[in-house]
Amino acid sequence: MQQGRNIFSTTTGIILVGAVIGVLAAILQKLGNPGNMGICVACFDRDITGAVGMHRAEVVQYLRPEILGFVLGAFAAALATREFKPRGGSAPLARFVLGMVAMIGALVFLGCPWRTLLRLAGGDGNAILGLAGLTAGVWIGTLFFKQGYSLGRSHGQSIGTGLLMPLLILGLLILRLIYPPVDGEPKSGVLFYSLKGPGASHAPLLISLGIGLFVGFLAQRSRFCTMGALRDLILFRQIHLFTGFAALLLAAWLANLAIGQFNPGFAGQPVAHTQSFWNFSGMFVAGLAFALAGGCPGRQLFMSGEGDADAGIFVLGMITGAAFSHNFGLASSPAGIGPHGMAALIIGLMICLLIGFSNVQRVRA
Amino acid sequence: MSQTVDARGLSCPQPVLIVMERMKEMGSGQIEVIVDNEVSRENVGRAARSKGWQVEDEKREGGDYHLLLRR
Repeated sequence: MQQGRNIFSTTTGIILVGAVIGVLAAILQKLGNPGNMGICVACFDRDITGAVGMHRAEVVQYLRPEILGFVLGAFAAALATREFKPRGGSAPLARFVLGMVAMIGALVFLGCPWRTLLRLAGGDGNAILGLAGLTAGVWIGTLFFKQGYSLGRSHGQSIGTGLLMPLLILGLLILRLIYPPVDGEPKSGVLFYSLKGPGASHAPLLISLGIGLFVGFLAQRSRFCTMGALRDLILFRQIHLFTGFAALLLAAWLANLAIGQFNPGFAGQPVAHTQSFWNFSGMFVAGLAFALAGGCPGRQLFMSGEGDADAGIFVLGMITGAAFSHNFGLASSPAGIGPHGMAALIIGLMICLLIGFSNVQRVRA
Repeated sequence: MSQTVDARGLSCPQPVLIVMERMKEMGSGQIEVIVDNEVSRENVGRAARSKGWQVEDEKREGGDYHLLLRR
């Protein structure tokens, strides 16, 4: 029996999805999200980490509805198309640690692969170094894959296990509704809210959530993945995912031009620093961790919504990494890298190499 | 020549990587690929077609997908 065709996962489909995400990100920025951060999976996960008090960096605490929407939108798409499939058990601890390392690297650069593109689209020249680092990290990841790197097979899990991430996210959304931000108050019930800094910049709840749900749905259907875009290009010379990646960049750039958000330069860019080597290195380590874990941070969220417990573990690793980043002074700020950012990157790279080399095996298929 | 690739439970990019390697080794023939998710089904099909192989048959059995590649 021929399987039904998924128009979103055709090349035309993924180009449209990338373009739609790029435009929506520019609009989210216009409606209140931080500069060149209409959508940033790493930054927004970090803000959620702060919102629940796992770190106390007062300028980055907000329970970002976009992230909640990503998981729930992907969950809805997977249910609607019978692709919801509880699975897991492929080296969960390695994935958790890779999530931590990926987040620590991303916060040295100040952005995930999505924001790398959005920073470029907003004219931030420092993101060129981030993109170069990301590409180099993913390239090293492909070398491991060529040698037979594998975290092993996943296995079917119970419905309950598959539902855990969507339920956890739903729980956060309920908390957000029970404890909405209160003007001038840094805390509402159990949730922390930034009064200044990037955490205080956000689009209205329903718009953020609505766009998050829409993007989650589209990305699940199209398999949009920014790390996969570079990986498949390097590993297979396949441009399929890369066309979506390029479409996001182009569409966000055009949207920024249209609404006056394109400000080319290196100095004074929003939520960015100009230390080129560390911009490169942060995304290099993050890119390697994303590659070894098999997906960019957005894709990991979408897969967690499809019932992939291993992706869910990676997301929880990112949340933990964000907590360490801010509690231990690993994260950068517009002033430059954190006091322990260098040490963290070196350790992160060593951990990636340990996981990479120790999981080179020949999978019998 | 006919071979089977069981890529169930393997995540991206491994199913495609293994199938590509097998196609390269064989040059021509028939490969039955078993994957357990829609994404791998799409990716393996796309990769095969890009290398000049035909996806002759695709069927879903339980939670698995069986693809028959031929060249």
